[in-house]
Amino acid sequence: MKILIPGAAGAIGRKLAARLQESGHDVIGIDRRAWPNAPIEFHQVDVRKRAAEDVFRRVRPEVVIHMATVTSLVVSKEDERSLINVSGTRAVFEYARAFAVEHCVFVGRHTFYGAGPDSPLFHTEDEPPLELDRYPELADMAAADLYASTALWRFPELTTTVLRLCYSLGPDGHGTLAAFLMGRRVPLVFGFDPLFQFLHEDDYVSAIALAVAKRPRGVFNVAGPQALPLSSVVIEAHRTPIWIPEFLVSGLQGRLGLPRLARGAIAHLKYPVVVDARAFREHTGFHHEHDELETLRAFREAFPLSR
Amino acid sequence: MRNPQEAREAIDRLELPFNALGMDPYGISKRHLRLALTVLAPLYRHYFSVRVRGIERIPPRGRAMLVGNHSGGVAIDAAMVIASCLLELEPPRLAQGMAERFLNRFPVVSKWASRTGQFTGLPEHAERLLEDDRLLLVFPEGARGTAKLFRDRYTLVAFGSGFMRLALKTQTPIVPFAVLGASEAFPTIANATRLGRLLGLPYIPIVAYGLPVALPAKIEIEYGARLLFTGSGNEEDSVVSGYVRKVEETIAAMLQAGACRRRGEPRTGERT
Repeated sequence: MKILIPGAAGAIGRKLAARLQESGHDVIGIDRRAWPNAPIEFHQVDVRKRAAEDVFRRVRPEVVIHMATVTSLVVSKEDERSLINVSGTRAVFEYARAFAVEHCVFVGRHTFYGAGPDSPLFHTEDEPPLELDRYPELADMAAADLYASTALWRFPELTTTVLRLCYSLGPDGHGTLAAFLMGRRVPLVFGFDPLFQFLHEDDYVSAIALAVAKRPRGVFNVAGPQALPLSSVVIEAHRTPIWIPEFLVSGLQGRLGLPRLARGAIAHLKYPVVVDARAFREHTGFHHEHDELETLRAFREAFPLSR
Repeated sequence: MRNPQEAREAIDRLELPFNALGMDPYGISKRHLRLALTVLAPLYRHYFSVRVRGIERIPPRGRAMLVGNHSGGVAIDAAMVIASCLLELEPPRLAQGMAERFLNRFPVVSKWASRTGQFTGLPEHAERLLEDDRLLLVFPEGARGTAKLFRDRYTLVAFGSGFMRLALKTQTPIVPFAVLGASEAFPTIANATRLGRLLGLPYIPIVAYGLPVALPAKIEIEYGARLLFTGSGNEEDSVVSGYVRKVEETIAAMLQAGACRRRGEPRTGERT
C-alpha cells in the first residue's frame, strides 16, 4: 500500500515509517522539519502549503497517517502552534478527500481529556475534553482531535481512525514524558502523585501500524500496561523526585536543574489522565510487548544518571 | 507488638491484582495500605474498641456494596468500616469508599486517598469498580451525614438514590450496615459552614471540648443481611426511591435496636 505520513520526521514518525517500509509498504513522508538521508521518499514541505497538496496529488496514497501536530514543548509561538494543529489537520483531511484516500489515521494524545480534581480515573472515548481553559496549550490539540472526528460523518467514503495515545517512553527519549524525566531532578507537586500511563516507543509504533492494518472506524484510546504513580515513574527511572509545594512550583521551574513546564501543566502533576483502552484492543487485537517496568528500564538504561 | 504484624499480613492476603511494585491498575499501593492500616489497626482494636456483628454477611469475593449511616464529623465511621473489612474478613477485602469531591483538592489527602483506593464519588468510578468485582463503600447521606449533630446521632438524613441505580444496573448485592458510636467519638455540637467554605470544605465540625480530637468512645458496626434488587437502573424515580426506602428502613431499624442496646448498657451497670 502507498502510505503518506505528514509529520514523518518526528521521532515516532521515523520509527513508524521504517516499520511500515519493512512490512512491504510504499512509505512517503512530508514534514516541515528536515530529515537528512531519509530512507523513504521524503519531502520537506509544510502540510498547509501548496507543495504538500502536490505530493498528495502525485502520490495518490491509499492511507494517510497524520502526525503533523505539535505540543507546546516544540514550538514556542502559540499562534503558530494553533495554526499547525488545527489548520494542518483540516488541510490533511481536505486533501485526503480530494485525492480519494481510503483510510486516514489521526494520531492524537490522551491528554485530550484534561486533568482535574473531578475527572474520572479512566476516560472513555465518549467523554468531552475538560479543563481546556486551564491548559490552553492543549486546547488546539483537542480542537484538532474533534475536527478530525468530524470526518467520520462528513466524509463517509473515507475510513477515519482517531487515536488518542498515552505517553510514549523508551530508549529514544522523545516525547513529553521523556523530556520531563530527562534531568537528574524531577519536580513533583507536594501531596499529589497522579497516575501516569505510558507505552514503550516500539509498542506506540505497533499500535499505529495495527490501526493501519485493521482500519477500525471511530475514536480510540490507546494504552498498554497499567498506569503508575508519577513518583514511582521517577524513582524507577533512577531520577530524584523533588517534592515542591504548589505555590512554589511556578517560581522554581527552570531553576535548580528542574525542567520548565508549560502553563497549565501543573494540573497534570496533580491529577491523572488515564484512559480506558479496551475498545482499541477489541477492534485491533492490540497487545503491548513491553510492560511498565521494562519500559522504564529501557529508558533509564538509555539515559543513565549516576545518583 | 501484634498490630504492625497483623496489618502487614492482612494487606499481603488482599486479593487485588498488584504488579511487581505492589500497585494495582487503579494505583492502589500495598505500601500505602500497609502504613494506613498500621495506624488504623490500634485505633480499631484499642482506642475505639470496635465490635463487629455480621461481618460474614459481606461476600468474600465478587462485587458488593456496603451501604450505611454516616456520622461523627470526620468520617471515623468510614475508616473503621474499612479496617473491619481488612482485619476481620477472611480473606481480607478492601472497601473502596466514594469520597467527597473536596478531598481530592487537598495535598496529601489527595495522594493518600488515591493510593488507598478511596476515589472521588463519581458514578463512573463506582460503576467501574463494581464491574471489576470490588467492594464498594457508600454513605448515601454524604457530607450531610457526617455533619449530623450529636443529638441526631441515631437518625438518618435523606438518602441519595444514585447508589441504588448503580446497584440495579450492575446487579450488585447491597450489604446494609449501621455504625454506632462515631458521634460519641466525635460529638459535634455545631458546624461552621461559612468558615468551612472559605477553606474549601463543606463545613467544619465543632466539638464542645474545643480540640478536634476523637474521644475513645466504643464503636459498634453491624452488618445486615444482603439485599438484592432486580432491575435495569433506568426505572422511574418512584420505583427507585421505594427500593432506597427499603435500605433506609433496614439501616434505621439496626440503628434503633443498637441505640436501645447502648442506652441499656449503663442502666444494667447501675443496678449491679
